Amino acid sequence: MTTYLPIADQPSELHDPHTFISKYVWSQDHKVIAIQYGSTAVFVGLIALVLSGLMRLQLGYPNTFAFIDPSNYLQFVTMHGMIMVIYLLTALFLGGFGNYLIPLQIGARDMVFPYLNMLSYWFYLLSVLILLASFFVHGGPTGAGWTLYPPQAILRGTPGADMGIILMLASLAVFIIAFTMGGLNYVTTVLQARTHGMTMMRMPLSVWGIFVATILGLFAFPALFVSAVMMTFDNLIGTSFFMPAVQSLGQNVAHTGGSPVLFQHLFWFFGHPEVYIVALPAFGLVSDVLSTHARKNIFGYRMMVWAIVAIGALSFVVWAHHMYVSGMNPYFGFFFAFTTLIIAVPTAIKVYNWVLTLWQGNIRMTVPMMFAMGFIFTFIHGGLTGIFLGNVTIDLPLSDTYFVVAHFHMVMGVSPIMVLFASIYHWFPKMSGKMFNVTLGKIHFWATFLGTYAIYLPMHYLGILGVPRRYYAIGTTSFIPDSAMALNANITQAALFVGVMQLVFIINIIWSLVKGKPAGHNPWEATSLEWQTPDTPPHHGNWGEKLPVVYRWAYEYAVPGAKDDFVPQNIPPEEVVMLPGAGKYVNRSEEH
Amino acid sequence: MSEQAIKTGGHLQSIVHDWSDQKQAFHVPWGKLMMWIFLISDTFIFSCFLVGYMSVRMTTTDPWPYPSEVFALNLFGHTVPLILIAIMTFILITSSGTMALAVRYAHFRDKKKIALLMYITALFGASFVGMQAFEWTKLIGEGVRPWGNPFGAPQFGSAFFMITGFHGLHVSVGVLYLSIVATKVLNGVYDKKNNYDIIEITGLYWHFVDLVWVFIFAFFYLW
Ligand code: HEM
Ligand SMILES: [Cu+2]
Repeated sequence: MTTYLPIADQPSELHDPHTFISKYVWSQDHKVIAIQYGSTAVFVGLIALVLSGLMRLQLGYPNTFAFIDPSNYLQFVTMHGMIMVIYLLTALFLGGFGNYLIPLQIGARDMVFPYLNMLSYWFYLLSVLILLASFFVHGGPTGAGWTLYPPQAILRGTPGADMGIILMLASLAVFIIAFTMGGLNYVTTVLQARTHGMTMMRMPLSVWGIFVATILGLFAFPALFVSAVMMTFDNLIGTSFFMPAVQSLGQNVAHTGGSPVLFQHLFWFFGHPEVYIVALPAFGLVSDVLSTHARKNIFGYRMMVWAIVAIGALSFVVWAHHMYVSGMNPYFGFFFAFTTLIIAVPTAIKVYNWVLTLWQGNIRMTVPMMFAMGFIFTFIHGGLTGIFLGNVTIDLPLSDTYFVVAHFHMVMGVSPIMVLFASIYHWFPKMSGKMFNVTLGKIHFWATFLGTYAIYLPMHYLGILGVPRRYYAIGTTSFIPDSAMALNANITQAALFVGVMQLVFIINIIWSLVKGKPAGHNPWEATSLEWQTPDTPPHHGNWGEKLPVVYRWAYEYAVPGAKDDFVPQNIPPEEVVMLPGAGKYVNRSEEH
Repeated sequence: MSEQAIKTGGHLQSIVHDWSDQKQAFHVPWGKLMMWIFLISDTFIFSCFLVGYMSVRMTTTDPWPYPSEVFALNLFGHTVPLILIAIMTFILITSSGTMALAVRYAHFRDKKKIALLMYITALFGASFVGMQAFEWTKLIGEGVRPWGNPFGAPQFGSAFFMITGFHGLHVSVGVLYLSIVATKVLNGVYDKKNNYDIIEITGLYWHFVDLVWVFIFAFFYLW
């Protein structure tokens, strides 16, 4: 028999890289890879932000901008949606925060397979380049909508039918390969590379959220991969998986007998879990930020873990609530409405627990905390409209209107982005060793928080009026009053304002990297392991000579009788300093 | 599983114990676990392909060709249905056997036998791919194309080439993987690390590829 040791007991084998290239370019260090992932994601995210500004210009001021024609508009919609969901949010949460936090928070020196982890980033970069290349090819990027529904995604009349759609599908396939290489690392590292004393039930919720989201990704992305392959074949070699016999531009297409609804099923079997691939890491990260800055343990830790797991599992059986108007058997609608409403239960549990964590906390109104609390607002808001849309009869009139746009932007656009900002501000001092500018951070928060409400609240109303989504111009119809047009102009103003205010964030980050004050190793007085590293920012291998030993969960704040109001995970019980006369330290998390 | 868990409870309890333990959740080397997780993910890919195929087969407007006629071979004047596939399946299953033996010898660190058995496994795999190429050529000769065929629904050819092609790609990668590992075994690479886990990991992949074939065989050729 081969014998082997758990990773935590193995001697460290890391070889310190010496050249600049091996340290910062072809790096196998999870922290460098995380920053590579993160900055690439933010970069494409900014492109998607500019695209949304262009769309809003057209909607708010129709017939004003000659360079936006209907085709361009659809291309902007598509690229905006796809970049935001996949190349920004998925990549930043998992590739960025997953990479940075998993090894640090579980007390590992790195991912279990650093080489594969490095490849993951380079494949991701390749997928981004392929995607961006579609802006420069004949016919431009695809305008099929981020859902890429056939037949129109392939038909000649759709913008980007020449090369755009092919590059989109190729880019997605490469992204999935990149994700798989990273994802295998994240899951295996969480399962096998935890340090002494770090049980699963002592892991910070950030790790739980990222861990379960990665499992969802490994099971859901295959459906997107398969649909991308099949659609590529339909497109390039003339198979008919998704293409029925249709007429296009007055001609019969050379396809027969394919099933467009099959594509929708495959797409949403991926697509719904995808929204939780984005949401679960956000749930985890925000829990840690809230608990740290409220100086209170997270309320109901175990329940929070099980809610993440339950939501993850349920997210695989709700996909067809995106297809109520696709012509499914009505009994399917019944089933999927039922499962959709069930998933609201664990989701609501999480929301209650966040609020109860704040209850009677010693809240420190730091910038990360403001974003985290902003998230609670936007998420409750988006979640409530989800319950509307989950019911078939309510969804039928609202489907494909601005109500849906408002719903998913509140719930998976604004909310995760609130958490992203909260997390970037929260961990920036650890990643860079510098403190950001607090005033700029607060300006950034208020502009973003109030601005997004100004954008999306009116959209609910437009949707209830019946304004359809993905239309280049509404024109004049009897059911849309002129006031709706005025509202559209206001929304555009708010959107441009929010867009421009993101510059405050970029400037803050760049300025702080250069000029920021040293942050110290634990500026938030947090308990989890990443704040206890011997160096800030942590060096290659993270922990110096010896791995940390964990004695408790990550939420030991406001301990009765203790001198400091927090006890880090790696302080032995006998070393906890107590106030005079307070007696001995009791490990409140013995059961954790 | 710890001693104590075995003493105090049944299987369920020991599972709970493993999962609530520090350091690691499974008592296996990480490479093996990672391969398992990859294979589960890959299972989803194959399942989506197969479900997609079954779904278009049911919804397509044209009649589906009879597999037993399309996949028949003319041997010595007799038409034998499915004979080639039967041979291919047999070969692939045999190769799983030789792979299992290689894993067994890995426990004894018998380098020559490990490498020999792995090369044989790779050879079986290569001959499988060869026969698949033969079958493709035969069908193409009869006019079967991804976009249409003389026997009925065009989705027949599309699904056939796509799914067997994707599986054939897996087998080909496996052949390469086996050959590389076998060569490294002979060169003593794993003696230096004192770690032969890789044989078992390669084996996992190979058995998976075989298992998937059984499903493709059942759903494509027998239905
Ligand atoms: C209580 C929870 C939720 C419920 C009941 C719910 C329900 C729904 C329903 C029924 C639709 C389809 C609307 C239509 O097309 O007519 C929808 C759309 C959508 N939801 Fe949710 N949802 C919930 C939470 C979430 C979360 C957490 C996210 C992401 C993090 C999300 C992201 C989306 C997206 C992106 C769409 C639009 C998809 C498209 O382009 O058609 N939802 N939601
Ligand atoms: Cu959904």
